[in-house]
Amino acid sequence: MTALRRFLPGGSSWLTAYAFLYIGFLYLPVVFLPIFSINTSASPKFPLAGTTLQWYRDLPKTPALIDAAWNSLIVGVSAAVLATTFGILAARAITRYRFPGRRPIHGLIMAPLVLPEVIVAISMLLVMLQLGLSLSLFTVVLGHVLICIPYSMSVLTSGFEGFDRSIEEASADLGESAFGTFRRVTLPMVTPAIISSLLVSFTISLDDFIIAFFLTGTEATLPIYIWGQLRFAAKLPGVLALGTLLLVGSFVLLSIAEILRRRAARRTQFEGLLHA
Amino acid sequence: MTAAAEGSPPLASDGIPRRPPLLQSESVQGLALISPTFLYALILLLLPILVVFAHSFWTQNYLTIDHTFTLQNYRAALTEPIYLDLLWRSLFVSLLVSLFTVVLAYPIAYFISFHGGRHKGLWLFLITIPFWTSYLLRVMSWKVILGYNGVLNSGLMGLGLISEPSTALLYNTSAVVITLTHAWAAFAILPIFVSLEKVDRTLIEAAKDLGDGQLRSFLRVTLPLSTPGVISALLIVMIPTVGDYVTPKLVGGKDGVMIANAIQAQFGKAANWPLGAALSVTTMVVVSLMAGAVVFLVRAVARLAR
Repeated sequence: MTALRRFLPGGSSWLTAYAFLYIGFLYLPVVFLPIFSINTSASPKFPLAGTTLQWYRDLPKTPALIDAAWNSLIVGVSAAVLATTFGILAARAITRYRFPGRRPIHGLIMAPLVLPEVIVAISMLLVMLQLGLSLSLFTVVLGHVLICIPYSMSVLTSGFEGFDRSIEEASADLGESAFGTFRRVTLPMVTPAIISSLLVSFTISLDDFIIAFFLTGTEATLPIYIWGQLRFAAKLPGVLALGTLLLVGSFVLLSIAEILRRRAARRTQFEGLLHA
Repeated sequence: MTAAAEGSPPLASDGIPRRPPLLQSESVQGLALISPTFLYALILLLLPILVVFAHSFWTQNYLTIDHTFTLQNYRAALTEPIYLDLLWRSLFVSLLVSLFTVVLAYPIAYFISFHGGRHKGLWLFLITIPFWTSYLLRVMSWKVILGYNGVLNSGLMGLGLISEPSTALLYNTSAVVITLTHAWAAFAILPIFVSLEKVDRTLIEAAKDLGDGQLRSFLRVTLPLSTPGVISALLIVMIPTVGDYVTPKLVGGKDGVMIANAIQAQFGKAANWPLGAALSVTTMVVVSLMAGAVVFLVRAVARLAR
């Protein structure tokens, strides 16, 4: 109880009440997925007809689902690695150097965050078709990398910032090249931020529907598979079960990412203090 | 400022400082480092948008594109009632959604910033978690909640508040607005929170010392100083939601269709790329104008409040 009290911030009780209501509103739809995924009846309503794990057991027996899961895994890992590589380069340039055009370049890289996804998707679709690229998982990866870079950038810049440059200077003064300093001094300190960026990018790719919907050929990713299933009311519990698993997966990955990001922030701050 | 600028220049073997070679210069290094990412965004974002722009002035004859300049697509986009209706509805929905999210998010951002204490990070994490779950799945949950046999209807019937399921909840514009307001909540909270964090607390104390009450000091100090956050929250919600595809498709029914559904149809079944391109460009231009107007209004109101 005291622990709970300590978690509750002091101050106006109206605001506190509102905050909890709001959190309830935010979590409301998310909570219904797991609840109805163990419902015996296919129609999602209260009271539950009974509880069953049948829908979960059926999942591994669906070949189309297994294929979609593999496709999502391949796309997600490739997009995460590529986006993080691009993110490292750009975040490093933004936090460490001043150069002409820094702001507009940064703006362009972050733009997918504020553009309607449909417009980003159809623009890429047009260009890919013009270039004669046939739509496949590869084109989906290209699209996902573009939308993952802004998120990767924000995670990485927060990891790269606040990081004491005197350590890098010391390394340079002791004769390391710029690349050597980066590899042997900077990289070890920012590893948590990099892993965090990989996880966030993977989650975004795993969850993305619009880009995959426009840019994929015949191969489906998990959201595309779910979209196809949504047309059939009888398939709903299976989709809810799959959705619950995805939800738990995203939650675990992002919690790890958040913990790592904080550790990275703390580590750079701590090292900074140590050397100040 | 930076290692390259502050550190002593590298010494040659004879001990005489030598000028840094061109490649060592800060601008060149920075540009070189960012260029792969920049080129990627250039080729896969800026170039495609320019291609869409170009297409909007062309026409399509069955499978080939006729490259003669024409404004025919824009005429269709701006005069045909079906596209005009969709465009107006999309603008209306995105305006409502951005206003709702900001109004609902402001107290939360304020609460975390001013009363969050040591747990600010935890609160922010709690708020962002639901948004990392698949958008598709969240929209689907709203369908489950608002549906004819859905949670809300069966709950209200169970409580005896209504005798038969209401059809007013799903497949209309308000279902789209509710779903999108939920979907974009975190995107509004974060920028407002950041700008509230920057508000100098001593200014509020000063206002109170000079006789302003709680409400007056909020209206005259905190609120005006947090306008940048409110503005970016409005923009970050308004511009992407105007082109939302999934929500209108799943919960919008016939009355909730938005412009993105029409754009998608032009690139899919209807196969009229130039018209789809013109619709996209029109949407972007019109939503930018609306966003500009809203920013102007918010700034004007903030100035009056002071």
